[in-house]
Amino acid sequence: MRAPTERHTIAVLVDNEAGVLARVVGLFSGRGYNIESLTVAEVDHAAHTSRVTVVTSGTPEVIEQIEAQLRRLVPVHSVVNWTTAAPGIEREMALVKVAGTGDKRAEAQRISAIFRAHIVDTTHNSFVFEITGAPEKIDNFVDLMRPLGLVDVSRTGVAAISRGPEAM
Amino acid sequence: MVLVTSGPGATNAVTGLTDALLDSIPLVVICGQVATHLIGTDAFQEADTVGITRACTKHNWLVKDVADLPRVMHEAFQIATTGRPGPVVIDIPKDVQFKKGAYIGPASVKHRTYRVKSDPDLGQIVKAIELMAAAKKPLFYTGGGIVNSGPVASKLLRELAALTGFPVTSTLMGLGAFPASDPQWLGLVGMHGTYEANQAMHDCDLMICLGARFDDRVTGKIDLFSPGSKKIHLDVDPSQINKNVRVDVPIVADATKALKEMLHFWKTQKKQVDKAALKDWWKQIDLWRGKKSLDYKQSSTLIKPQYAIDRLYELTRGRNVYITTEVGQHQMWAAQRFKFEEPNRWMTSGGLGTMGYGLPAAVGVQMAHRDALVIDIAGEASVQMTMQEMSTAVQYDLPIKVFILNNEYMGMVRQWQQLLHGGRYSHSYSEALPDFVKLAEAYGGVGLRASTPDELDAKIIEMIDSPKPVLFDVRVDPKENCYPMIPSGKAHNEMILSDAMEEETVVSDEGKMLV
Repeated sequence: MRAPTERHTIAVLVDNEAGVLARVVGLFSGRGYNIESLTVAEVDHAAHTSRVTVVTSGTPEVIEQIEAQLRRLVPVHSVVNWTTAAPGIEREMALVKVAGTGDKRAEAQRISAIFRAHIVDTTHNSFVFEITGAPEKIDNFVDLMRPLGLVDVSRTGVAAISRGPEAM
Repeated sequence: MVLVTSGPGATNAVTGLTDALLDSIPLVVICGQVATHLIGTDAFQEADTVGITRACTKHNWLVKDVADLPRVMHEAFQIATTGRPGPVVIDIPKDVQFKKGAYIGPASVKHRTYRVKSDPDLGQIVKAIELMAAAKKPLFYTGGGIVNSGPVASKLLRELAALTGFPVTSTLMGLGAFPASDPQWLGLVGMHGTYEANQAMHDCDLMICLGARFDDRVTGKIDLFSPGSKKIHLDVDPSQINKNVRVDVPIVADATKALKEMLHFWKTQKKQVDKAALKDWWKQIDLWRGKKSLDYKQSSTLIKPQYAIDRLYELTRGRNVYITTEVGQHQMWAAQRFKFEEPNRWMTSGGLGTMGYGLPAAVGVQMAHRDALVIDIAGEASVQMTMQEMSTAVQYDLPIKVFILNNEYMGMVRQWQQLLHGGRYSHSYSEALPDFVKLAEAYGGVGLRASTPDELDAKIIEMIDSPKPVLFDVRVDPKENCYPMIPSGKAHNEMILSDAMEEETVVSDEGKMLV
């Protein structure tokens, strides 16, 4: 009997060398693991380190293997699983474009206020909303915008950090 | 160390790199690359070498600045040879090759992230020896990690086995770590392992896995694998723990260090084995041994491949022998029958199963051991994958011996087509073989042929005594299959021992897909 699939958010601190992202992504594709979202950016210019945040899914055994395989990559400093280790905070940002006029346009603006989304671009017949939150909140917002003239969505993927005073 | 040119030189190295990655063999490959300003322009002999080799190396580098070169060189050797050894690639553009830079010594290079955990957690060692002292049906299952850890690890394994009296089996890569002449030796484990080794794996109550990785060729069907045992797993690579099989006591460490501690704690804590239980266990093992699973039907007219290997073993006994192999039936027969007493005497392609490995491997071994007797136990199909290296052997005066078990088939492919595809043979028959005797002579080596059992011994002696590289075409029974065998999708205690049993064995569709 197979254990059920779980969703995990894993942070990987890597040396910012050429090809390091390809190593991380190649590990996932080569071993048949899922990537649900991926965020990467340099986090310390002086120390030359980047942080990769991956949201993945698998059975607990697969998740354990993913962490072990990530640790095996030579340029990896550390790996933390925010789902099983210290409780973390996850946030994602999205830019959501909605086109329409009249009642639909008014309704879109009203809902955006409930979600505390900002309007960052507007024309007579469109809005671009900037929304930040947990991935589920963004899912909900996008679903609500769909009948109101949703045109385009750009999401950053998940960034995660631990609560409390410690670093990863 | 391997030096290859840019483009095709690098792509030709990919199979060797993958082979080394799966078998944990340290390899530093230095590739030429087009000049830095030409990278990305589809230049002559340009290939994205770091891209192509990323998945088949432990690590790789493209050195765009000569100032980085000394650091990268030292890092490369450190990464290739430490922890779980493996292959690395350094790609050096042509303009960097011509530049001058200041050398820095290895002492001033400390890698920013690469760390190896080689010291065992002593708490885990104590847990392990407590399980060993309590075990009623224990078994050492050892692998290439013992060989890779160095000759001391093999000595310590022998000491621990002698102290406990536990039976020992080994993977293909681990042969020689424990002497085949020892009464505690059960022979090879896995798909073509002995009946006693596989039955013991299935029935043991404590499996002590030392430097092996629960590969699918060893475990057979994973959910039927050794159902009643507690498992200790020693491995230097943490990602091997709980990968295929859940274990009870993981020990992440270098094998030499861990074995030293196991012996130390066993002695200082005055541990004793359960002697009565162990006696019963050996009684059971002896019953399994009674099946004589490596027996075969001798012939007076045809050379049986098993007989050829037995004679090769007997006639080379006591000499300074190194054996390499190609991949297929001949490799399994060699692993089953050739008795290795020391580590590093057996070079074979395990994880990747690369036909064509044995001849160039023999060239390398002979280069390192000029006075040794280096024999490639080969098949006629495999050996043609890299036959051109005969030229290297002749050029460098390396008297390698290529012992070809020629059955005019890709025998292992034929055997599987027989077992799993209803005898619908496809491209497994060699209809256009070269005359190996003439071929050897064409290269400037010596060619020999034997077709009947009574001429075999004299020809083997002639091969051994030849000062030149030899291709020995041993014409063996073309119909022989390799047994015993765990068919795919079956458990260790469901082995086929002979052709007769094969007819009664029904491999399920699920099993066929597991191959």
